[in-house]
Amino acid sequence: MALKKVKGTLERVLDKNLQDLVRGIRNHKENESKYIAECIDEIKQELKQDNLAIKANAVNKLTYLQMLGYDISWAAFNIIEVMSSTKFTFKRIGYLAASQSFHEETDVLMLTTNMIRKDMSSQNMYDSGVALNGLSCFITPDLARDLANDIMTLMTSSRPYLRKKAVLIMYKVFLQFPEALRPAFPRLKEKLEDPDPGVQSAAVNVICELARKNPKNYLSLAPLFFKLMTTSTNNWVLIKIIKLFSALTPLEPRLGKKLIEPLTNLIHSTSAMSLLYECINTVIAVLVSISSGIPNHTASIQLCVQKLRILIEDSDQNLKYLGLLAMSRILATHPKSVQGHKDLILQCLDDRDESIRLRALDLLYGMVSKKNLMEIVKKLMVHMDKAEGSHYRDELLSKTIEICSQSNYQYVTNFEWYVSILVELTRMEGTKHGKLIANQMLDVAIRVQAIRHFAVSQMAILLENSHLLANNSQRNGICEVLHAAAWICGEFSEHLSNPKATLEAMLKPKITSLPGHIQSIFVQNILKLYGKILKAAEAKEDDSLKKEVHTLLQEKLPVFIQSGDLEVQERACSILQIVKYIMKLEEKGAAVADEVENLYAGELNPVAPKAQKKVPVPEGLDLDKWINEAPDDSSDEEVPGNTFFLTTEDEHRSSYQHGDESRPTYEPTEEELEKRKAIRKTEVEHNPHYLKDDGKGHKPRHKDAFDAKDIPVAEIDLSVPLHVPGLSSSDKYMVLQQKTEKAHKGKKEKGKKKKKKGKGKTQAEESDEDEVAAVHTVSTIVDAPEGMAGSDHEDDKKSGDVYKALDINLD
Amino acid sequence: MIKAILVFNNHGKPRLTKFYQHFPEDVQHQIIRETFHLVSKRDDSVCNFLEGGTLIGGSDYRLIYRHYATLYFVFCVDSSESELGILDLIQSVCESPTIWSLAVKVHYILSELVMGGMVLETNMTEIITRIEEQNQLEKQE
Repeated sequence: MALKKVKGTLERVLDKNLQDLVRGIRNHKENESKYIAECIDEIKQELKQDNLAIKANAVNKLTYLQMLGYDISWAAFNIIEVMSSTKFTFKRIGYLAASQSFHEETDVLMLTTNMIRKDMSSQNMYDSGVALNGLSCFITPDLARDLANDIMTLMTSSRPYLRKKAVLIMYKVFLQFPEALRPAFPRLKEKLEDPDPGVQSAAVNVICELARKNPKNYLSLAPLFFKLMTTSTNNWVLIKIIKLFSALTPLEPRLGKKLIEPLTNLIHSTSAMSLLYECINTVIAVLVSISSGIPNHTASIQLCVQKLRILIEDSDQNLKYLGLLAMSRILATHPKSVQGHKDLILQCLDDRDESIRLRALDLLYGMVSKKNLMEIVKKLMVHMDKAEGSHYRDELLSKTIEICSQSNYQYVTNFEWYVSILVELTRMEGTKHGKLIANQMLDVAIRVQAIRHFAVSQMAILLENSHLLANNSQRNGICEVLHAAAWICGEFSEHLSNPKATLEAMLKPKITSLPGHIQSIFVQNILKLYGKILKAAEAKEDDSLKKEVHTLLQEKLPVFIQSGDLEVQERACSILQIVKYIMKLEEKGAAVADEVENLYAGELNPVAPKAQKKVPVPEGLDLDKWINEAPDDSSDEEVPGNTFFLTTEDEHRSSYQHGDESRPTYEPTEEELEKRKAIRKTEVEHNPHYLKDDGKGHKPRHKDAFDAKDIPVAEIDLSVPLHVPGLSSSDKYMVLQQKTEKAHKGKKEKGKKKKKKGKGKTQAEESDEDEVAAVHTVSTIVDAPEGMAGSDHEDDKKSGDVYKALDINLD
Repeated sequence: MIKAILVFNNHGKPRLTKFYQHFPEDVQHQIIRETFHLVSKRDDSVCNFLEGGTLIGGSDYRLIYRHYATLYFVFCVDSSESELGILDLIQSVCESPTIWSLAVKVHYILSELVMGGMVLETNMTEIITRIEEQNQLEKQE
């Protein structure tokens, strides 16, 4: 017995305390987890002892281990034991461990209620303090409900230390048990005028947090806060109150008007940057909410902008950042005041600090106008060239496109310029926004009819140089642009100057190295182009051209049939079959070019974003009904394989069901073709969005002096940006616009004359701000089911349920 | 409100972590790693505000940090806190020599500063008095 005791004492001497543990871990860097596992075993042994000092030591070590990422919830009961110690030191250790690891799911928390209650009413102030502190971290709805009254009593304790803590913890109580807010509120209000400054700021803190989430309930306190603001000298309190006011002013404009003066005074007088910044922010919020001007409205804005400029020009990066942040808030409502500082913001784009650059970029977004868009985009492109990180470069790229495309391209006056910008952007290798650029090209080509010719010519050049772009074949890389190029050339092939050359470009073997989805677009559009060429050849009765094209296709298409991508293979097979069949018909002398062209008749419009959801469910359709009878329990019925894959008359499916050898080639007979034509015609008649195809042949335009054979075919190292001759540069449009502006200004007195630019339609838009004429119009037709209203505002933001529960009227 | 306070060294090892919202341990560890990753990339001459990571908080949250020799102090706060105010707070705590001489129990010091995610006390003398008194208590036991 005695031996056991001695043994026990000896072991205790060897117990590690926290310092030893930390040192030990540092010394065992290689096998850290093994060492820690051993330590945890030791801790488990220590926790089995009766001695509270040992347990406390063990729990102390556990707290450290928890920080390293180890779960200590298995020791919850032991932690509570330590919490219940009468010694302050151990109690503190226990509560700390609890605050780090207890949470709502911890079962043993229900054992703590009485203990916490006892601690809160302890004679020793620090016992209560420790209990309150710990409680603030693991309070649950049950604990909140049971202890709310005790905490409210503490709010009137004679010791300010405790009053302060009790007031602050009430916020947590309210979050867990909202019913406590109403009874506690009067007392909370009293504490706003507590003699002790610490208690006062705690009360301000709590009410400000509550008011930010439900401002309208606290409007009645505004006069009280106003008084506090003008009398207090504690910067923290002032800041909290001023931030609170910025949340209240949207609801009460008169409050805002009263605030302007004291805030302006504070701005002039304070030396604390933090306070200055918050005052400026609130003034901005006030001026935003006041709709009609108060007399010194503009003066206040000017003052703010002036002070913010000082912040932005400061060498302290933090002030720069905050200055830019506040500027962007002013920008939303008073863009003119900010536009004057464009130079400063463009300067910030050069800053070393990425956060600042991103802020400046955000500001630019709001500062564009028709006049300065080209200039700004040019500067951004220069930055893109110089940019070091590819992440930043990508940000710039996406922001540039955002700026240009915002509000339906509101600020783009010349779409030729925009298309050339997009083409220049394709030189940006290593970007992950290939898809974005491609989408823009498609969007512009579809919606701006006037620009199609230009766009198509540029896209044709891109296709002819596709071997340069195809090198970078990562997903979403710049090769996505080829997707757009192929589609545009195919869909609007009437604008192509040399369709055969483009067709050849699309059939180059290099194409097979592109991702599958791009290849399938190529294959599809090959057929469109083929139809076009056939039509032209028939009109001219050029048999040799027809033969050339046929042999070309027969040679080059098979390469796609061997593709690994399912879609590409499928399309290539079908198209090859169609071509073969048409050849046969041609040899017999039938002119089938019209039918081929009709396969692609009709104009495609963009689809409205919520169109699919708005399609009305047809009558009689009950989506919740079982389609078949509910399955029996015996699930070993053999389902014959054939019924899984429905045999349709669709020519595509059948080629996969049977093997390669016995592929029944489904050839559309003459009647089929006629039937399809008739169906198509009726569809076209009924759909209001389709433009009737009147089969006008377009004369190929005279192309600029540029020969595809002049481009060196050698593979170039893509670390150097691509320069492809023939692609237009965007600079000439900028120069053109500037010249036009000057001319416009000169001619203004002589009366309005419409000036024709290039081949576009001119639409002189007389707006107040700038008189830059937009060259092309953007179509806004979208496809949607009939009767669909404008896009619904579907509220899918997650509501803060907790804060909603606190939304009660306190009067 | 303050969502979390993290202190870690130049290698990302956590020295003190306080979360005012519950996260399971592995998520806490991930947050620490992600924050370290974001903060360690920053040069000392750039601003001390970061738009936060993805794990901790959303768009309303920012990271405010300060780097002292071998330690990073990071506060994750929402828009109800004044950015410059928090920065001042970190600075005054870290530069007070008295604090560090009592430094072993950093958690207890922190608990005099911030409670339940809200700033409790900003007056340095008051904080130090309380800490010293509690230390006395401990010695007596």
